[in-house]
Amino acid sequence: MAKLTENTINFMGVRRLASFGSLTAVILSIIILAINGLNLGLDFTGGTSIEFAYEKAPSLDEVRQTLDDAGYKEFVVQNFGDEKSVLVRLRQDFDDKLAENMADDLRANGAKVDMVRAEFVGSQVGDELKESSGLGMLLALFVVLVYVGMRFQFKFGVASVLPLAHDVIVVLGVFSLFQWTFDLSVLAALLAVIGYSLNDTIIVADRIRENFRKLRTGNSEEIINHSITETMSRTLNTSGTTLVVLLALFLLGGEAIHNFSIALLIGILVGTYSSIYVAANLLIMMGVSREDLVVPAKEGAAGQQAEEEEPPEWLNRM
Amino acid sequence: MLNKFPLWKNIVILVAVVIGFIYALPNLYPDDYAIQITGARSSTQVDQATLDKAVDALNQEGIAVKEATLNPPNGLIRVNTAEAQLSARPVIQEALGREYLAALNMAPTTPDWLRSIGAGPMKLGLDLRGGVHFLLEVDMDSALQKRLEVYSSEIKRQLREEHIRYRGGDVGDGNTIQLVFRDDASQDQAFELIRDQYNEFLLDKTTDDNGQQVLSLQLSEKKVKEIQDYALKQNLTTIRNRVNELGVAEPLVQRQGRDRIVVELPGVQDTAQAKRVLGATANLEFRLEARQDAPSSSTEVYPFRDDPERTARLEREIIVTGENVANAQQAFDQNGQPQVNITLDSTGGDRMTRATRDAIKRRMAVLFIQYRTETVKKRVDGKVQEVEERKVNRSIISLATIQSTLGSSFRITGLDSTAEAGELALLLRAGSLAAPMYFVQERTIGPSLGQKNIDSGVMSVTVGFALVLLYMLLYYRFFGLVANVALAVNLMLLVACMSILSATLTLPGIAGIVLTVGMAVDANVLIFERIKEELRLGVPPQSAINAGFSRAFVSIFDANITTLLVAVILFAMGSGPVKGFAVTLCIGILTSMFTGLLVSRAIINLIYGGRKVEKLAIGGKLANG
Repeated sequence: MAKLTENTINFMGVRRLASFGSLTAVILSIIILAINGLNLGLDFTGGTSIEFAYEKAPSLDEVRQTLDDAGYKEFVVQNFGDEKSVLVRLRQDFDDKLAENMADDLRANGAKVDMVRAEFVGSQVGDELKESSGLGMLLALFVVLVYVGMRFQFKFGVASVLPLAHDVIVVLGVFSLFQWTFDLSVLAALLAVIGYSLNDTIIVADRIRENFRKLRTGNSEEIINHSITETMSRTLNTSGTTLVVLLALFLLGGEAIHNFSIALLIGILVGTYSSIYVAANLLIMMGVSREDLVVPAKEGAAGQQAEEEEPPEWLNRM
Repeated sequence: MLNKFPLWKNIVILVAVVIGFIYALPNLYPDDYAIQITGARSSTQVDQATLDKAVDALNQEGIAVKEATLNPPNGLIRVNTAEAQLSARPVIQEALGREYLAALNMAPTTPDWLRSIGAGPMKLGLDLRGGVHFLLEVDMDSALQKRLEVYSSEIKRQLREEHIRYRGGDVGDGNTIQLVFRDDASQDQAFELIRDQYNEFLLDKTTDDNGQQVLSLQLSEKKVKEIQDYALKQNLTTIRNRVNELGVAEPLVQRQGRDRIVVELPGVQDTAQAKRVLGATANLEFRLEARQDAPSSSTEVYPFRDDPERTARLEREIIVTGENVANAQQAFDQNGQPQVNITLDSTGGDRMTRATRDAIKRRMAVLFIQYRTETVKKRVDGKVQEVEERKVNRSIISLATIQSTLGSSFRITGLDSTAEAGELALLLRAGSLAAPMYFVQERTIGPSLGQKNIDSGVMSVTVGFALVLLYMLLYYRFFGLVANVALAVNLMLLVACMSILSATLTLPGIAGIVLTVGMAVDANVLIFERIKEELRLGVPPQSAINAGFSRAFVSIFDANITTLLVAVILFAMGSGPVKGFAVTLCIGILTSMFTGLLVSRAIINLIYGGRKVEKLAIGGKLANG
């Protein structure tokens, strides 16, 4: 039977400071979000679509460069139908002058360009995305609360859901603070962060449960410290491999996946932090104790499980 | 502790990996850039001489031709790069003249034997390769007309209930409803009633030529705009659902201008196919067959879809339309015949019950309404011009005897084939359109990302993946190598599953897949750390392997099942890209559990199992190392 070793790092020693930090970060993020809002991308807002006809087939890279130099932001340039037609979509609201001005800018370096058509375009994602996905998210969090509550114990349920909210709010806060563009790829990144953070939290929680059942000495704080220390090399390696991928995407990936990788970078760092300093911290604050997990009579479903959980029979036969 | 898998288990793993390999294989055959040559008229066939002429023209311009094939009535010329494709099209068009059309195309290169088992590559997204661009116009007049008809019947019903005598009341020209009264009193009564209950109408009291009192109702401009907006939004949602049922198709569907909808579909090889994917701009109506003695003013005659010679007389009154369909699934009856199970929403269910209660043993028809634009030649001012004409085509797809009162769930039988049942179910499920729509433009569209962006994106993904492999190898030595094999298998299975779902790959999507794989090492990391812990406690190697796998299992299981729950709920509740992301997440979790727990265990068992082992090559300082 394992003992509390001297190598245990006192993670929870700074838990008050961490609580203060997390709480401040969340509150600040909410304030920034309320003031600044999110800088929503073309996917969400829609904008203007303009079709140009060139006399000679232009190089799209040059067209992009010209528009960039002229100060346009968030535009997409595509061949449309044939190599002489170019479609430009940009986030700017439609007005009559916009298309003419852009045509003038494109003519500046001597190209012969006609503006064919300019119209406003709506958002790429429907309203139902906001409504149904928001609702789906809330339901998903609730189910996690219930499931973890049943598999572990109610306190663990709370401790696995709140860090997720923490992570999402902080990432959104950072995006709002710097006014980075929030588009569909960032939304996908956010969902990936939730998956990662949840995974991370459950792994730590699992070890805490196991140690509460296995170790007969030590108070809650010591056992949690010990569990986090034990899972530390796993945490470092998994975040390590993930961060390695993300750094490659961030440094080499170009602007198309820039925002995606930055959202994930922040998210993975915050997610790893939160499974220790939000999840475990919450467990201590809620007064988690050996009795929550061991004594069968005291707590519901979780307490009735065998003291040390065994993998199912089919796995043992391997 | 022997750590050996029974033979059957190894075989199961092997079979799964081989199947994964086969279905992932088509992705190694990327589509060719090609130019499709078709006759400008359907009577013009492309022959070998035409094809040779096109190839010669390309050779003169110095554009390399990969392959030129004739598949009558079309010809296909494959070239090597996207740039070659873009510059080749005008060359061919010029060489062949106006008799032929040269169109940009993507030609599949998947070998026949793979295609015969339904394997195909994933499509590349609009950002990476572009696709087809459709512009659809919503017929606002008929949206308005439809709505006014509902108002008209409601108002007429209310007037009857209040015993106000009137004539007329149908929707007339200029979207007005005109009611005619015999005296001032009933005109005033009606005026007050309508003013109080329908404040969206502008009312006008006049006296017509015959000295009768007329009340004209005109919708306010604000309400008209509201109805049009609603129709457009409704159609937008329907189209989105149709093209993206699973959320993995990555289309672009957006409103353009006042009354048009842009639909861009990635990786579509020809526009006819795309139109099929988009679905006919169709609607459905359920109507009863007219009785023999019914007056002809209340009936209409329609032909059958599969046999236009056969017709049936139906009642004018519509029971429900496709708008009330909540769900529709293709299924089989007890004789193995295809059928479609339909569930109506509550309004639809009520109406269906009311209509069929007194109609048992009568027949009910499903009427299929298709809107399309046809190009017809017309003489205008003595010149022949091609004019686009909008046509509405109504035909009966099934006419079946009502066996008992129908409620909100019932089924349509008597369908020809599984394919037809599938198509009908899809159309019903995706909802029907609030207003008819017509295709007004179709073009190909180039990738929305520049080549530079695509290149750096793909490079970063490759580097990222390579770094994960290196990291694992350096940290866990031989066990790292095992984890890397498991990762490669995981990637392959993920690609295979996505290919089977015919998902579309966008650049962020590719980054996401590699990220999933980067995160999937978690299972192996957990197991290896457990094995190390056991070794540090002095457990012999074979037992350490076994204990590592079985103890880590609980953590892996809990963590993955919890995340899977989130993914499943997001799939069920989410829409569009959120749904698509949930699909990828679900598949990623399942494949990574399979490879992390079973594939890596199988390899380790093969290497270390069944023999005496002194030391494990797992890296790091170990108690017994």
